[in-house]
Amino acid sequence: MQQIFNFIFKNSNRLLFLLLLGISLSLTIQSHSFHRSKIISSANFLSGGVYEKVNNLNEYLNLKTQNDALALENAKLKSILFNRKDTTAIKKLDSIKGVKPDDIVVSKVIHNSYNVHENYLTLNSGELQGVKPDMGVINSLGIVGIIENTSPNYSTVISILNKKSQINAKIKKSNHFGSLIWNGKSTGFVQLVDVPRLAAIRKGDTIVTGGQSVIFPENINIGTIDKIEKDNQTNYYTITVKLFNDMTNLGHVYIIKRKDREEITNLEKREKDE
Amino acid sequence: MNSALLVNIFRFILLLAVQIIIFNNMNFLGYISPFPYILFIILYPVNGNKSGLVVASFLLGLIMDMFSNSGGIHATACLVLAYFRPSIFKFAFGLSYEYQTVKLNDVLTPERFSFILLSVVIHHFTLFILEAFQFSFIFDILIRTLLSTVFTIIICIIIIYLIKPNKR
Repeated sequence: MQQIFNFIFKNSNRLLFLLLLGISLSLTIQSHSFHRSKIISSANFLSGGVYEKVNNLNEYLNLKTQNDALALENAKLKSILFNRKDTTAIKKLDSIKGVKPDDIVVSKVIHNSYNVHENYLTLNSGELQGVKPDMGVINSLGIVGIIENTSPNYSTVISILNKKSQINAKIKKSNHFGSLIWNGKSTGFVQLVDVPRLAAIRKGDTIVTGGQSVIFPENINIGTIDKIEKDNQTNYYTITVKLFNDMTNLGHVYIIKRKDREEITNLEKREKDE
Repeated sequence: MNSALLVNIFRFILLLAVQIIIFNNMNFLGYISPFPYILFIILYPVNGNKSGLVVASFLLGLIMDMFSNSGGIHATACLVLAYFRPSIFKFAFGLSYEYQTVKLNDVLTPERFSFILLSVVIHHFTLFILEAFQFSFIFDILIRTLLSTVFTIIICIIIIYLIKPNKR
């Protein structure tokens, strides 16, 4: 017994180190392996609050570009409004295709990262505004990511610039679909894999979200084809997609709530159970 | 002794704040960012409590992780650096470390520089390995480590010179 105590006293520093190393390594491994069970995230009171303060300051410096972007979007919406054929009937769909207006939460990016392999954004709206994990996040140009963690007032988003992100996408004109991933290299480009070689594609074709995903509505813009590579071993294309969005410069975003999502997932679950 | 504790607490908070608000937003060439917050571990008193340093480094890293959504990579890297700090001291300063006459925030000598260099390399290498978490990225890891190390060291040395205490 005496010897055990002696051992512990003598090596207390090393034991402490090993204990803490175990904790931090398990946090690391867990954050790399599971999709949404992060213990340490920036969706909390402290970091959310700090980021919000810093962002308020930054916003003053970016007011002009944000204004320009909003004015541009306004102009686009106006043009849709004025060009409508039947002005008496109230149209159900908003300009963001396929989304009803009451399904959208407007939010602001208060922290953005794009320089590591697993990038996350922090938004300033959370559970109190009805934000839940697995909702899609878009802005006026295209998709941004998927909600991962929420707290009462903040939420974190897996950016499309994240090795873990995988989003169903299709080629707009031909309806061939694949999954959208990121290889961790450039912030302006993502990769579309698993597109069958039968698909007739060309450089410059538009890529949009596919209808198979329950997170995003169909036909939301992603980007254009920049480079096409054939994989000789499998019969699939690997396509480099140039994003419409500048992921390094994000301001206001829209969070999409899909009402039919629960119904679809429940249905699929029942199918699986049987 | 008490004032040393206060200085360290103050340094802890200040370096974290500066790192989160300023240096985390610095992306030279898109992916090189400096991490001068590890100055806390480097400048910790030589004869200070070792367990205290290990725990403080863990907390330092954990708070960084919380702000950058990175799981536990900063915590691990800081912990490794804090634990190996005495060995780096021995390597860089040789005998004089035993007599604890080493003072870090002072004129830059080759010994001090090699100590800072080694510390930063160890921290950054651990950090980027854990961040990529795949061996296929080894080239990327090495490049990031190299460039970020240069960047961090320059900023660390500037900070040390800026806040050099005028006591003696």
